[in-house]
Amino acid sequence: MNTVVTAVELAYWQQTAIRSVAALVAVLIPAGTLVYLYLFKMMSFMQSRLGPMEAGPYGSLQLLAEVGKFLQKEDLIPRAADRVVFKAAPFVVLVSTFLLVLVLPAGPDLWFINVDTGVFLALAVSSISVIGILMAGWGSASKYSLLGGLRAAGQLVAYELPLVLAVMGVVIQAGTLNVQEIVLAQANGEIFGWGAIGNPFVITQFLGFAIFLVAVQAELTQPPFDMPVAESEIVAGYLTEYSGMRFLLFFIGEFATAGIFAALAATFFLGGWYVPGLDPASDLFNLIGPLVLLTKIVLVSFLIFWFRFTYPRFREDQLQQLAWKVLIPLALANIVVTGVLKVVF
Amino acid sequence: MTAPTQTRQMAYIAGQASDARVNVELETEGMTLNIGPQHPATHGTLRIIVRLDGERVISAEPVMGYMHRGYEKLTEVRTYPQVTTLINRIDWLGSFANEVPFILAAERLMEIEAPPRAQWIRTALFELSRIANVVLFLGDMGVQLGAITPVFYAFRDREFVLNQIEAVTGGRFHPNFDRIGGLKDDLPKGWVDETRGVLGRIRSFCDEMENLVSGNEIFQARTRSIGVIPADMGLAYGLSGANIRASGVDWDLRRDGGVGLVHDQLDWKVWTHPDGDSFARYWVRLQEVREACGMVEQILDGIPSGPVMAKVPRIIKVPAGEAYVETENPLGIMGYYVVSKGDLVPYRVKIRSASFNNVSIVPWVLRGVYVPDVISILASLYFILGDIDR
Repeated sequence: MNTVVTAVELAYWQQTAIRSVAALVAVLIPAGTLVYLYLFKMMSFMQSRLGPMEAGPYGSLQLLAEVGKFLQKEDLIPRAADRVVFKAAPFVVLVSTFLLVLVLPAGPDLWFINVDTGVFLALAVSSISVIGILMAGWGSASKYSLLGGLRAAGQLVAYELPLVLAVMGVVIQAGTLNVQEIVLAQANGEIFGWGAIGNPFVITQFLGFAIFLVAVQAELTQPPFDMPVAESEIVAGYLTEYSGMRFLLFFIGEFATAGIFAALAATFFLGGWYVPGLDPASDLFNLIGPLVLLTKIVLVSFLIFWFRFTYPRFREDQLQQLAWKVLIPLALANIVVTGVLKVVF
Repeated sequence: MTAPTQTRQMAYIAGQASDARVNVELETEGMTLNIGPQHPATHGTLRIIVRLDGERVISAEPVMGYMHRGYEKLTEVRTYPQVTTLINRIDWLGSFANEVPFILAAERLMEIEAPPRAQWIRTALFELSRIANVVLFLGDMGVQLGAITPVFYAFRDREFVLNQIEAVTGGRFHPNFDRIGGLKDDLPKGWVDETRGVLGRIRSFCDEMENLVSGNEIFQARTRSIGVIPADMGLAYGLSGANIRASGVDWDLRRDGGVGLVHDQLDWKVWTHPDGDSFARYWVRLQEVREACGMVEQILDGIPSGPVMAKVPRIIKVPAGEAYVETENPLGIMGYYVVSKGDLVPYRVKIRSASFNNVSIVPWVLRGVYVPDVISILASLYFILGDIDR
């Protein structure tokens, strides 16, 4: 598994170039899909509007129009801002996004890195974005930004824990931290000897799946957990002072991370790139794997965005109570039960 | 024997001193946050100066006057029929209701009474403008709490009510339809049946809001026992309308006021809620929209026939005197104190608008709450900026 077998020999720089392009595609395609499909269209239909209709058929090129608009805008930096920190913040957030995508396998041989501690790496790098958000909040020299940045920091730190604990059940059940192995464990698994659909962990780890989704919602600072950017209270939180390209970077970061967290959920709980009925070792999955994964991303993020468009937001203290008093005990109980059952069966 | 004691004493003193130093170093300063004049939550230009300790509000002070348009003074240079054009714009979401108390005050001075048909249609439009106004609140409260979808439903369904108002008056937001002695025109053909359909839509909108907003657990967690206003405190600050009824005070001028509208001939109920919190204010308004739908339906069934305009002179000169008329408008009690010296124009008009008094309780009710609750309490008090500043 750990050696790259390719039909043609590629120099190291060529491999690097291919990987870079692939990473860009892997980050931007889900982000663009989610923005168009859900933020533009599904949200509009839920709110009895049509959404963008002018740019391209059914507004499908609206995304490009928006990007063009943001790129043309002036890159404003407040006079009192800490310029270096202010400028660097969106990139720090993006770094976290790009590091996250590394561990995701999209087929039996399609992966960026295949390390034995993949789950650990994913959950570790996902918290880098906190630093970027704190930098944005502090560096903007705005009171709204500061409130938003501090709210975000408290929230992201609190929800890191249920996120990790929810995945622990999966790790126990699969017996590995390697993401590719987790997918294969689901593909080759059996439900009491019936192996027709493999054993997607959502069946046994449904509690973990629910906790993971709630924690992801909070990590993405989406409603009902969007206090850091609550527009009716603190204007736009840590994003208040950003405009133009830097705002666009934050925006991409937000939706790319949504796509990648949805991909993680799909990989841990829904079998990743695998579809039932086919041999997981077949080369076919190297072709259709990415599409299968994208489909699952779209399905999982439907839930994320459905909640986003429906619910009002919590208050900061209610959010913390939900994390510490409900989600973490539930996740711990889930781990205990999973461990016991793992020993029993 | 003394040496260890002394050492301990010295250590104790040194410890206290260092503690004190740390306390001085760590002492946090409050932060002053200007919510407004331009802020997404104020939908207008209200400024609230908030002193914060972390996210907790130490003190809050509303600053008004950013939208002051001097209507009271402007009325002094306009003839009586022209004044309605101005006062339409006080509470711009329920404009027709603004005209009613002024016209009633002028009618009282002139000792004219509108014919019954005019009074019934007037009441119908009065209640329709209440529906148009409060329906938007029902959706907007969701936005203030972070739910973006309800407000679109509110705008969608308010549109039907505005269409009905437009069909009668020709104006969606500023009808300018009420006249001294009656109404400008009679109802258009087919209006009664169309309005029945619209009221059905509004009823289903209310059910939808009950499911989507007030039935939501997060909404309840955010509004229940938040911003509690006891009845005596509310009365002391001059709150009116749904804000005071949500504190359990059974007081509604439509029933208790006895002014020239036909509410006393209709079968309806004044809703109150004992809690006095943000949720109660939302709930009472929701019930009032339903009640208003019922009222309009009864009016549609029972409009008497006849003229819509009493005999009034072509040039309206109001005899000298004073009159104060107040009605239960969508936002609360609205009153006009009109002083006439027998001219074409009023000598002085004092407007008592509901939102000005409703906002005056803000410093008291916001003390000690969190920043997110500032927004939810302000939203639940439901003021219109034009109604505060005039």
